[in-house]
Amino acid sequence: TGVMPSKKIQLFYHRNYYILKYIKIENFHFELFLFIFWKKCDLHKLEEGPPLQAVLTREEGLQYYRTMQTIRRMELKADQLYKQKIIRGFCHLYDGQEACAVGIETGINLSDHLITAYRAHGYTLTRGGTVREIMAELTGRRGGIAKGKGGSMHMYTKHFYGGNGIVGAQVPLGAGVALACKYLGNNEICVCLYGDGAANQGQIFETYNMASLWKLPCIFICENNKYGMGTSVERAAASTDYYKRGDFIPGLRLDGMDVLCVREATKFAAEHCRSGKGPILMELQTYRYHGHSMSDPGVSYRTREEIQEVRSKSDPISMLKDRMLSNNMASVEELKEIDVEVRKEIEDAAQFATTDPEPPLDDLCNHIFYNDPPMEVRGTNPWTKLKSVS
Amino acid sequence: MFLRHAVWYYHAFLYSILRYHVTVRDALNQALDEELERDERVFLLGEEVAQYDGAYKVSRGLWKKYGDKRIIDTPITEMGFAGIAVGAAMAGLRPICEFMTFNFSMQAIDQVINSAAKTYYMSAGLQPVPIVFRGPNGASAGVAAQHSQCFAAWYGHCPGLKVVSPWSAEDAKGLLKSAIRDDNPVVFLENELMYGVPFEMSEEAQSKDFLLPIGKAKIERQGNHVTLVSHSRMVSLCLDAAAVLAKEGIECEVINMRTIRPLDAEAIETSVMKTNHLITVEGGWPQFGVGAEILARIMEGPAFNFLDAPAVRVTGVDIPMPYAKILEDNSIPQIKDIIFSVKKTLNV
Repeated sequence: TGVMPSKKIQLFYHRNYYILKYIKIENFHFELFLFIFWKKCDLHKLEEGPPLQAVLTREEGLQYYRTMQTIRRMELKADQLYKQKIIRGFCHLYDGQEACAVGIETGINLSDHLITAYRAHGYTLTRGGTVREIMAELTGRRGGIAKGKGGSMHMYTKHFYGGNGIVGAQVPLGAGVALACKYLGNNEICVCLYGDGAANQGQIFETYNMASLWKLPCIFICENNKYGMGTSVERAAASTDYYKRGDFIPGLRLDGMDVLCVREATKFAAEHCRSGKGPILMELQTYRYHGHSMSDPGVSYRTREEIQEVRSKSDPISMLKDRMLSNNMASVEELKEIDVEVRKEIEDAAQFATTDPEPPLDDLCNHIFYNDPPMEVRGTNPWTKLKSVS
Repeated sequence: MFLRHAVWYYHAFLYSILRYHVTVRDALNQALDEELERDERVFLLGEEVAQYDGAYKVSRGLWKKYGDKRIIDTPITEMGFAGIAVGAAMAGLRPICEFMTFNFSMQAIDQVINSAAKTYYMSAGLQPVPIVFRGPNGASAGVAAQHSQCFAAWYGHCPGLKVVSPWSAEDAKGLLKSAIRDDNPVVFLENELMYGVPFEMSEEAQSKDFLLPIGKAKIERQGNHVTLVSHSRMVSLCLDAAAVLAKEGIECEVINMRTIRPLDAEAIETSVMKTNHLITVEGGWPQFGVGAEILARIMEGPAFNFLDAPAVRVTGVDIPMPYAKILEDNSIPQIKDIIFSVKKTLNV
């Protein structure tokens, strides 16, 4: 947009960050590198935290924006389909928390491992699932990522172990994955997520103990969205400093609504694990706009004003958008174009998810055992013998 | 000189007899050793499995041989370490998770059922879980109520699991090897009172690739008058009862189930169609138990029409296990109970 000098450095204050802007011209293309300084994360048993600056390239910014927007629109579409009764059962939506999923993924590699609880649609996407597969799984169709047999809480991709319905059970599983990484010596790590509600589970403390004892390369991440179903953190936890609950495990607490914060912290944590220092704990302070699930309106235990305030002041997508626009990293039209593309992708996926046929009844008894010869399964009555293949 | 040779021959003779007798404990140990050697991904974790050589010495010598990486001592946190074992299985290893007794598996039962058994199905085939949960199950001697429960029925209830209950040393070795090589979650129910019992091991069973198929029962004794179906330690009692009954001219066919799930209903049906009488014998409680399932299957299947008398169950008494010896002895089936039930069924 017009002629720019070859170098320009500006320093100004935005919210609680300092922004150092550096603009460079190369071959008539604008490349914008944004250096951001923010306040230190809260640290527990750590001398230093993640670096206080991050480089965001234009390309990265657009990619993060697109992914977060995709998750947002996908979740809102799921809300719509649920109200139309096309999605049934449990549906735990992730809108508001997009910066966590996107930030974490950009801090690790696809060859690393990740496991989370039931609010998993965002992670299924960042871990390689497509919107089509995810939505078709929600509507219970054969094109779903788990062929319609898992549903909202049981989606899997390569190196993504779900999607787990039992609160807290995924944490020992994640440490087990980390044990396998250490055992096989492949320099991979496991990111193991849980919420503020799960943080009080006994098996999580059992896992902290073993992960620390055996120096497992495991990043424990508590997504603190301030409510465990309808119970606020103050009513559930004697100590709400979730990043300290690992006791002997070093921890950090940071703003989970800022995708760059999350990315840098994840990189820092990944480095910690890969260097053999053992596990580390991150608490991401975030927020969910929807209730706990689609059967929870989400306003009986919190005020609409609170939700509105977060939406207007801390929305992760708006934050990234403002940052990019106010620093000329992208134009309004470009971002609008991305919005349109995302909307189209979601529409197509929803179309697929509502028209794809349900799984065939022949599939009912399949996938009981892996690598086994076909077997018979008793049906609902003694005369019905159903076939099961691996 | 002659005396020395004679002594040598005597010892060789003794040795040749003893060589073919192996206790259940040693058979399990051999199976673990062979499978650890065969596949790098196999490892054992549990309480006291490494430096203590195993609470019941089943893993004796393994830590010395394989080290900390393959034989892992865990803290006393069943839910945690069972979950860690399942996670490791999901990520490509082949863990053997030992519960000191299956009573403690109740702490971790969510990981066994919800994380291990159901995952392959929920993921529609994307995520297998090749894990073995093993340990002693059922009544021991004088360990009282909290340490004596039989879990065959509870685990046998769940799709996605294979549940194995060996009796002899050969069973123990062949089935444990199969369980470890199986790509699915297997619950392997051993028995503490059987650990020290020696059995003859055939030549075949001494090979490093000796496997027994999961899901196939074995007829331990042929007979024509009544079918006795049992698993684990109760097979010994059935054989003893059969020996006593044989003197009175009653020939019992004794079936060793070997596997609880998938149940070899066909073997039982074939036998019932021959003998026309069925008695199941188990150490666990009667309600909703292994015997109840067998009887239901016989009712629903082709063998029903061959029954000359109602099929019955011999089970543990429907109470928590008491401590005093006289009470404990009368809480589980004894040989006389089996003999009594056979005579009642045959109406003699």
